[in-house]
Amino acid sequence: MKQLYLALLLLPAIGGLHAEASDKVSAQQFVDLQQGKTAFAGFRRAHAKGLCVSGEFRSNGNLQSYSKASLFQPGTTPLVGRLSIAGNNPAAPDLKAPVRSLALSFSLSRTEQWRLAMNTPPVMAVADPHSFYQQIQAIQAGPDAIKQFFAQHPESSEFLTWAGQYQPTGSFAAETYNSINAFYLVNAKGEPQAVRWAMQPTVSVAPGNLQGDNALQQEIATRIAADQVVFDWVFTLADATDDETNSTKAWPASRQQITAGQIVLTGSTAQLDGDCHAINFDPLVLPTGITATADPILRARSAAYAESYRRRAKEQRQGALQESSNE
Amino acid sequence: MNKPTQFSLSMRVLHWGMAALVMSMLAAGLLMIRSLDPWQLTIMTLHKAFGIIAVVLVTVRLLNRMRHKLPAVPNDLSALQKKAATASHWLLYGLLFAMPISGYLMQYFAARPIEVFGWFRLPAALQVDIYNYAVFRELHGWLAIALTGVIALHVSAALHHHFIRKDNVLKSML
Repeated sequence: MKQLYLALLLLPAIGGLHAEASDKVSAQQFVDLQQGKTAFAGFRRAHAKGLCVSGEFRSNGNLQSYSKASLFQPGTTPLVGRLSIAGNNPAAPDLKAPVRSLALSFSLSRTEQWRLAMNTPPVMAVADPHSFYQQIQAIQAGPDAIKQFFAQHPESSEFLTWAGQYQPTGSFAAETYNSINAFYLVNAKGEPQAVRWAMQPTVSVAPGNLQGDNALQQEIATRIAADQVVFDWVFTLADATDDETNSTKAWPASRQQITAGQIVLTGSTAQLDGDCHAINFDPLVLPTGITATADPILRARSAAYAESYRRRAKEQRQGALQESSNE
Repeated sequence: MNKPTQFSLSMRVLHWGMAALVMSMLAAGLLMIRSLDPWQLTIMTLHKAFGIIAVVLVTVRLLNRMRHKLPAVPNDLSALQKKAATASHWLLYGLLFAMPISGYLMQYFAARPIEVFGWFRLPAALQVDIYNYAVFRELHGWLAIALTGVIALHVSAALHHHFIRKDNVLKSML
């Protein structure tokens, strides 16, 4: 009997040691790499520069039979969002960033929250977090390293095709923001449907004569102050032949698409003055009616986001942002 | 008044059941904040749900403890040792409550409702409070270290009683 107790007690510890001993990249190493040698205290370790937006989702009800999430019923749901650029520097020049992002938070009720984090590329260059770590290392090492990295990662071909033809627009309002990872919509009968989605712009804005480090932030603030900014929320439904666990491969253009409604942005605020700064836009915070796929990139996001959030929350608690917010 | 030589069956079952649960929770917590592997989400979801079970179990355990006579502490222990034993037991109970409560509050202030085995969800704040999140996130981590330390002390004491003092203390819980 005593041996049984001991075995039961030691089992989790042994499992733990085994996993610890592996040479895989940890969430801490990942965030260390993202933040660089000197972290910007109190700010997100990735996509550090951004601004808060507010508005609502106007649902047309078209997705009701696919998901029991309350926001897909016809009607409007308020949202808090964040438009940002890739990188760890909260003062980086807007126009130099290779990726632009839209994050959304729907606070549906005390028991239902949905956070979304979307980027301009439709696919990932790599399919797992460890290769992603090496990709960031290569980006930091310079053009030769990244060329070599892509040569060793044939799965990045679709991403490279996209990157080759992508033309940055002159506004956050004119970009397409993709979920990249797939999720399952789950309806009242419990039937799952694998989907990806994109926020598609309703305006086109040429790159034009934008100038200055905050060009995109100023442009969108002026635009939202003048009129609402609208995106169509378009879902793409996988069929049985599509792999919903591989975020390096897009699904064929022939797949059924359903527009669930419109994202309407009506307000913007500097990030440290707005509601979005406090939010961890972990895309695995999901309401009833949406679940995560087994995509390894998607599943790596919670731990990495949590580590970044823990660090900056602690720093903010210790007063790291007081100077900046008084400016 | 005669004291029993053994803890009651219900107390022993609760003790060892919780021992297994708490060790698993500590191991899961340590791993899930580091791992980028696909099982991380599954373990994290289970860790949060089992926190509810932990808080229910420790409540049941305390109530159950009040219903039963406890075996006597060996007479040859010094008054100081007896006091240390009592203090460490109450510290364990305190930490067993503080762990799930601090864990829940960090989720509450991060506005992340907790899914409990698909049965129901525990409510969270509607709006994120990053300051209080920071407090309870760090507290949860520090409490985990404290709990690990007190458990190590508890296990060492039990083994000391059994192998060095060769008394009945460990046997009374088996």
